[in-house]
Amino acid sequence: MQRKNNSLFIKDISQGVLKPLGQIILFILGTSLVLSALMLLLALVLSGTAIDQKAFSDNGVSLMRFTLENLPQVLIDGITLGFVYAMIALGYTMVYGVLEFINFAHSEIFAIGAFVGVEILIALNGSGVLANATVLESYGWLVLAILAGMAASGIMAMIVERIAYRPLRNAPRLVPLISAVGVSFFLQDAIRLTESLTTGQFYRVFPSFGNFDSLVPLYNFAIGASNIKLSISVKSIWVIVAALVMLVGLNYLVNVTKVGKAIRAVAQSQSSASLMGINVNRIISLTFLVGGAFGGAAGVLYALKFTQINPYMGFFPGIKAFTAAVMGGIGNLTGALLGGMILGMLETFVGAYLSTFTMGAAGSEYKDILAFAILILVLIFRPSGLLGEQVAQKA
Amino acid sequence: MTNTLSKRLQPIFARIASWFQNSRNAFIFAIVYCLITTLLVYFSPRSLPDFILFLASGYLIFALKMSIKQKALVGAVLALLIIPVVGIRNISYLGIFFQIAMFSGLALGLNIVVGFTGMLNLGYTAFFLVGSYLWAFFGSQQMFMLYAIPGTQPETTQYYLPANSFYLFLFLGLGLAALVGFLLGLPVLRVRGDYLAIVTLGFGEVMRVTANNLDHPINLTNGPQGITQIQRPILPAGLVQALGNFLAPVVGHVATQDEFYNVFFYLLALIIILFIILVVVRLNNSRIGRAWMAIREDELAAGAMGIPVVSYRLAAFSVGASFAGIMGVCFAASQTFVSPESFSFMQSIGVLSMVILGGLGSIPGVILGATVVIVLNFQVLQQLSLWLNGLRQSGGVIPIINFAWQNLSPQLDPAQYQRMLFGAILILMMIYRPEGILPPKLRKHERQTPSETVPSQLTPSESTPTEQTGEVADEAEAEHGAA
Repeated sequence: MQRKNNSLFIKDISQGVLKPLGQIILFILGTSLVLSALMLLLALVLSGTAIDQKAFSDNGVSLMRFTLENLPQVLIDGITLGFVYAMIALGYTMVYGVLEFINFAHSEIFAIGAFVGVEILIALNGSGVLANATVLESYGWLVLAILAGMAASGIMAMIVERIAYRPLRNAPRLVPLISAVGVSFFLQDAIRLTESLTTGQFYRVFPSFGNFDSLVPLYNFAIGASNIKLSISVKSIWVIVAALVMLVGLNYLVNVTKVGKAIRAVAQSQSSASLMGINVNRIISLTFLVGGAFGGAAGVLYALKFTQINPYMGFFPGIKAFTAAVMGGIGNLTGALLGGMILGMLETFVGAYLSTFTMGAAGSEYKDILAFAILILVLIFRPSGLLGEQVAQKA
Repeated sequence: MTNTLSKRLQPIFARIASWFQNSRNAFIFAIVYCLITTLLVYFSPRSLPDFILFLASGYLIFALKMSIKQKALVGAVLALLIIPVVGIRNISYLGIFFQIAMFSGLALGLNIVVGFTGMLNLGYTAFFLVGSYLWAFFGSQQMFMLYAIPGTQPETTQYYLPANSFYLFLFLGLGLAALVGFLLGLPVLRVRGDYLAIVTLGFGEVMRVTANNLDHPINLTNGPQGITQIQRPILPAGLVQALGNFLAPVVGHVATQDEFYNVFFYLLALIIILFIILVVVRLNNSRIGRAWMAIREDELAAGAMGIPVVSYRLAAFSVGASFAGIMGVCFAASQTFVSPESFSFMQSIGVLSMVILGGLGSIPGVILGATVVIVLNFQVLQQLSLWLNGLRQSGGVIPIINFAWQNLSPQLDPAQYQRMLFGAILILMMIYRPEGILPPKLRKHERQTPSETVPSQLTPSESTPTEQTGEVADEAEAEHGAA
């Protein structure tokens, strides 16, 4: 193979690394600004009303101040969550792009990644390795857990595709979808069974080690009399950095490499791609592998952030990530990023503010179903998603 | 060797088959089989194989070539006389019979949506929830608890409505669920098939979470604790006593009022199912049913033929939902307790697996599917759990690998693994037999070439192939008319 010359290399880097990085930063800034502005506007409109008074008697500060003081932390949490959703959403959107089919079992692939990663860390913790590890070593073990989770999830996704989807590839649309629902349910209990037989319990906790729980102060600033301390936990930094690295890596893989070209070709037309000498089955397997690996990594990061995992944990993150994928335009990688970011932010906003703004009538307990409301709205008003193109329905 | 054996056995099989073609012989066989299995269940009320054999008699009545009158006679005796008596004798069976009847109703409703129109509805229990909570709210003291903290006792002992308004609420539940289905369908039925699945799934979760959280600001649902003390319609005490005494020598004890309530709800569910089947059959053989089928087979073509696709889908969605609503009212009264837990996503998938197992679009198939799944879920898995527990306590050891049963993890409890069961059913059916155990008649006919169809004189009680071809012609005509 001929060596690529320098200008091509620069083009590759700008296409595969800088462009997605720029997009991510743009999305983060955009969603943060829009949502914050909306929130502050709402607080401004409602100032002086009964809601304001209630907020004052509950929190000791006016509604505006309450909104403002919480905003930076909410944004940081939202970004962290958004990255997790974006990573899961990539799995849905890649498979959809190639096969036009909702991989319902992706939420369990995500859970498998979480379990493998956490089990490895628990085992390491049990042998005392983690307790004596330096900070750098503990980061190393976390990376190992993420890689193991990725490998397990990716391979599992391939197996699922081979067993439950490939025989049904030419069947009517509903058939593989029902099979996928079945796989999802089957895997939930399969995880539970494996966990209970090997460890005796299926509710697991991410072991605490290293300095993941400590807070890094970012900035202190004063608004009027109150001093706002903005800080971010080390684990959130890890979630963001790991997700960033992988998202950029995926973009590079899909947009620059030869394999990525093959994936895009298969997504456009399977028959034409196979005429061009591409092994369609292998590319589809590979798509599942990559998508599953991303789900697995997201699983470990999710476990790092929320510490508690169980076999049914995948359901809500899965649905939200799917919503994110649809919102961004399913089949579109950039769209999945944008959708994940918006959804993660919205969810954190609802969790932080809904209770205060509705005077306690509805609170963060509704944040899990927020995704469905958004999904329905998106499907009604813009079924092609924010960044998707209008495509005709395939029968 | 086996080849010659099978060749030798073939004429014997043929003779047996021809013997069964005679409706009188089949009738006699059905009676004898029912009698034997009834006696088996009666004398060994805890044996699972006997119970399954007994349940198979229901299928036998359906499958054997008898006249409609003969089928109705045997079926009625089985459903109205034998099952209640067997059920009162072993009350857990009566619970199973009620579950089978109830879930058959739900599955028949879902079958309209998934089987007839080809829309995947993963949130079907939402409509079941609507019906259940409707009667739970009006049939309990919840009306007096609107501003009370969940879990407190109401100050009054009165109920808001008399118990017998239950019968009215059966119809209200039907109507309300249909309305909810209509309102949900209005925006979402325009989206394509696989999105619809996710949207309905979301709707199911929205309903469950809402029911879980509507204990504040106004306490409508009592939150996660659920609504208790839901009224049941009044059974006349004199009749209960008389029947209890009358049945005492047969069932071994004087049946209590509670047991009669179980029988009552079983019979009620049976009536509702008959009503549902009637509606479904009439709909399916009408212009609406043919339009549904056309939409299922090819939405674009159906639309091009002038079928208003969205409104027909909407009709299917609300009709399916309404059946869940009426069953929900029945469920709330029979349990006297509802909580959001009963309406999880898993329930929706359970009903879906019944429809898929039995056969999409096939009424007897769906009922068979419901029966099989319920028996697997509530009997086979439970029995497996009991068996494993027995092994654990027995102190036995597996010889070769030297594994003591005692060390078997207590987490290995098959009764807890319903999701695995439902999942396995869905996957296996999709891969190996997507049309289900008992595929619908018309589709079977469609799949065969005309020369392969069964000669009409062998199926006197069913519609003959020639009639079916006529139907297809009708359909084309109807569509033409609609255009």
